[in-house]
Amino acid sequence: MSSHEQCYRSLASPAKPLSGTTSYSTQIPRKLPPRATITMSKFTQVNVPATGKTISVPTGLFINNEFVPSVDSQETIQCINPATEEPICSVVAGSAKDVDVAVAAARSALKTTWGKNVSGFERSRLLNKLADLIERDAQELAELEALNNGKPVKIARDFDIGDSVGCLRYYAGWADKIVGQSIDIDNKTKLAFTKHEPIGVCGQIIPWNYPIMMWAWKVAPALACGCTIVMKPSEFTPLTALKLSELVVEAGFPPGVVNTVPALGSVGGAALAAHPGVDKIAFTGSTVTGRKIMEAAAKSNLKKVSLELGGKSPQLIFESADIDQAANWAALGILYNTGQDCTAGSRVYVQDSIYDKFLQTLIEKAKALNIGNGFDEKSGGGPVVSKVQYDKIWSYIDAGKQEGAKCVLGGEKRPGKGYFVDPTIFTEIKPGMKIVKDEIFGPVLSVGRFKTEEEAINLANDTTYGLGAGLHSNDAGQCMRVSQALEAGTVWVNQYNLLYNNVPFGGKKQSGIGRELGSYALDEYTSVKAIQWNYGEKLDWPL
Amino acid sequence: MPSTFSYQFDTPSHKGITEFSTGLFINGEFVDGSENSTIDVINPATGKLITKISQGTPKDVDRAVAAAQHAFETSWGLKCPGAERAKLMNKLADLMEEHEDELAAVEALDNGKTFYWAKNADLKGAIDCIRYYAGWADKIQGKTIETNDGKLVYTRHEPLGVVGQIIPWNFPLLMLSWKIGPALATGNAIVLKPSEFTPLSALLTAKLAKEAGFPPGVFNVVNGYGATVGAAIAEHMDIEKVAFTGSTLVGRKIMEAAAKTNLKKVTLELGGKSPNIIFDDADLEAAVNWAAFGIFWNQGQTCCAGSRIFVHAKIYDEFLHLFTEKAKQVKVGDPFHPDSKQGPQVSNAQFDRIMSYIDSGKDEGATVHHGGVRVGDEGYFISPTIFTDTRPDMKIVKEEIFGPVGVVIKFDDDEDVIRQANDTVYGLACSVFSQNINRALETAHKLKAGTAWVNCANMLHASVPFGGFKQSGIGRELGDYTAVKAVHVNFGHQWSVA
Repeated sequence: MSSHEQCYRSLASPAKPLSGTTSYSTQIPRKLPPRATITMSKFTQVNVPATGKTISVPTGLFINNEFVPSVDSQETIQCINPATEEPICSVVAGSAKDVDVAVAAARSALKTTWGKNVSGFERSRLLNKLADLIERDAQELAELEALNNGKPVKIARDFDIGDSVGCLRYYAGWADKIVGQSIDIDNKTKLAFTKHEPIGVCGQIIPWNYPIMMWAWKVAPALACGCTIVMKPSEFTPLTALKLSELVVEAGFPPGVVNTVPALGSVGGAALAAHPGVDKIAFTGSTVTGRKIMEAAAKSNLKKVSLELGGKSPQLIFESADIDQAANWAALGILYNTGQDCTAGSRVYVQDSIYDKFLQTLIEKAKALNIGNGFDEKSGGGPVVSKVQYDKIWSYIDAGKQEGAKCVLGGEKRPGKGYFVDPTIFTEIKPGMKIVKDEIFGPVLSVGRFKTEEEAINLANDTTYGLGAGLHSNDAGQCMRVSQALEAGTVWVNQYNLLYNNVPFGGKKQSGIGRELGSYALDEYTSVKAIQWNYGEKLDWPL
Repeated sequence: MPSTFSYQFDTPSHKGITEFSTGLFINGEFVDGSENSTIDVINPATGKLITKISQGTPKDVDRAVAAAQHAFETSWGLKCPGAERAKLMNKLADLMEEHEDELAAVEALDNGKTFYWAKNADLKGAIDCIRYYAGWADKIQGKTIETNDGKLVYTRHEPLGVVGQIIPWNFPLLMLSWKIGPALATGNAIVLKPSEFTPLSALLTAKLAKEAGFPPGVFNVVNGYGATVGAAIAEHMDIEKVAFTGSTLVGRKIMEAAAKTNLKKVTLELGGKSPNIIFDDADLEAAVNWAAFGIFWNQGQTCCAGSRIFVHAKIYDEFLHLFTEKAKQVKVGDPFHPDSKQGPQVSNAQFDRIMSYIDSGKDEGATVHHGGVRVGDEGYFISPTIFTDTRPDMKIVKEEIFGPVGVVIKFDDDEDVIRQANDTVYGLACSVFSQNINRALETAHKLKAGTAWVNCANMLHASVPFGGFKQSGIGRELGDYTAVKAVHVNFGHQWSVA
């Protein structure tokens, strides 16, 4: 039973503050002057060229609700604007020792002000408050996201941030609904019940493709369940996680509940994954890194692991489909977020009878997308995130050409600055080609063909991945058959790439372990304890 | 145009002005009743008029149902996503929090409960409840069910439509929140009838709901009497469900009306005569405190009041002594005075009813061990009252008194006390006090009640279901509506009456 008798508790002890629901609540600065209480070891003014505005961004580590310098690292991470290739600013690159400090802060909060010491009602209140603050600052956060990641401001604001606010509110609603079961053993002597307790200190490592949204997906369920967090944002896009950390303080979370350590993956990520004081690690990123994290967990304290990894997701276009609509969804599938999407529908297989018509339509749709600077209102997509990613995508495009696929759209570099890659479509593909097997994480689509439903299913499932899959058909029986046969964590029928905060998301096969979103994500952040209670059975001894 | 109620509080607990319409709240507007008649609202601390409110009629219920139906079909229900419903509900909770003191003061003025309790129990509980259900609004899930390869079966949990809600006068705002929280979260449109004795906090809440931005018609308030407006709701052919909290007598009538009309769904949260069993191995001081809270809280006007206190013979004398001391400490007086622990009963009718039970107890031969008298000569104040030397067939042992009147009964056999405790038509709640957790749990499991409190009393949480066995009701409120018995085990919470 919770130590927290919510409704009427304060009445039992009139000496306590009337509004205080728990003893700790007086320690939480509810309406603090945020910036005054934050010790700014480092703080920089970032210029937003398109608007002439500046955004103040903390550049230190965020530990115990304060921005602090590294214990021992002199290194910095330089953040680049991928649309211009110019530096934005630098932030501290945290070390393994910094991770130790952050983990200790998270442990201390778990034992004193968070975890089992705070009611779900209070966690809910704080999460809702955080959501309100992010909504308030949506424009500024969107501009910072656009600067660092490249995506259009309007998309960052209306989709990434809008969905993130929704995600925090959704899990705010779960915080006071974490329930176990009571289980009758027999009616006379014994009962058992389960408690779903917070798993503890969670390391969370998030990627650069949706920096704010992946932050929200990780933070919201963890906090709802009462976990504390050491967050490592991607070294390519650490700025919005630091900016969000300011809002964590303003919302009134106790110190140490959320900590942010910007660091290189090989340093901070590795330290978190191997840390004996971290109870759980949640990672979104590449399958290569996911394996390393799981290995580190296996070799250290067997921490719980959830992984949301790569994909090579297929979309099947059957002859009964609405071709125009299917082409729209296929274009969205591969081009949204400039293809930097773990669920990107990067393999499209089209039934022979409609192949030519569909391909023609799809090419027109792909051409219609305007990829440009994220601060340009006309842009529907931005540059890819980094030079590394840009080079990787181009090496795949080159490989596609070399291996004999036919490039029917794109495939030519733009002159000038910025990591822009235009929509690229390959046809005449073969199963062994790199562009068909590997995750490219760019706007590069492979289009193949099939004759029968069975062949389509075999092609779709011929991959080590299993994150998403789409099918387009107006035959209800076929929709049902194929959706059941596809090996993926999410199957979209006559749509693609749409996610909802209340629908679980995650990978089958080598696309991941565990689920995010929905009520399923709560399982990733709780430990189930079975309490077995004897109130009547006498034990005879010896047996 | 309905008139506006404007009131200046100038009390030690609260100073400030409140202002809201006294009309009916239909389709997002405050309006007059169809007959332009009014109902007097009386201050139970003085017996004097506070204000007059518009009186609703069956015609007004028709109007409200039509508005609710329209809202349900156009702007609410399946037309409004769960996340949006959650947002509006959270906004309402925020506004209630912002107006916490004002709402608490209105509640204390109208109901007679102390401002302290109104704020800390009723308001806090109501705000928590609305927020809790706001959280459910985007989590209404059906199931998919495995059948065979060629089939897909799934369930949808759809809103019912227009629901009627009839709430009592003992916790006006808290009961309002228990009713509207789950109904709004699931997308139903509401026609709510507050008690004619305590309509004011519902009207102030209607004003806040409008400010929160609910579409017109989603939440309607029709003031009026049970025999007219309540009956019209219970009989209405376009109301899909009626939820009622109040007496068992009226509950039966509502269920009958539903049976005779459109077979609307019915949930009833009714009376109780809840037993409180104190074993000889209880922490006596704690048990005394909880027992006093159990029966005297809210002037005893609590459906789950622990009104039958069974005390083990070994500790009976000591318990009675300590319990009497506690009863003496309950200061009865002005609800707005910070020292007051108990206010007046809600109405003259309730005052008379309780006094007649006290008389019947005396007539039937029970001993008034403490109290049993009116306090002061103005308002409806009654002293905390303890009866001893009772018999099982006495009215004060069998019937719900709904006042600060407890009977203390001696027992010396565990099995027999369970039999006595269950010897009632009611089954709302029960309490068990014992330091031996085995004895406590075994007893809690054997008692026939929807809520069992172990080493505590009157604890309610938005997340824990509440409702009655036997003739204490049908259905559950709070929580996720799936559990049947809530066992509250206390092993740390010390209770002390100030």
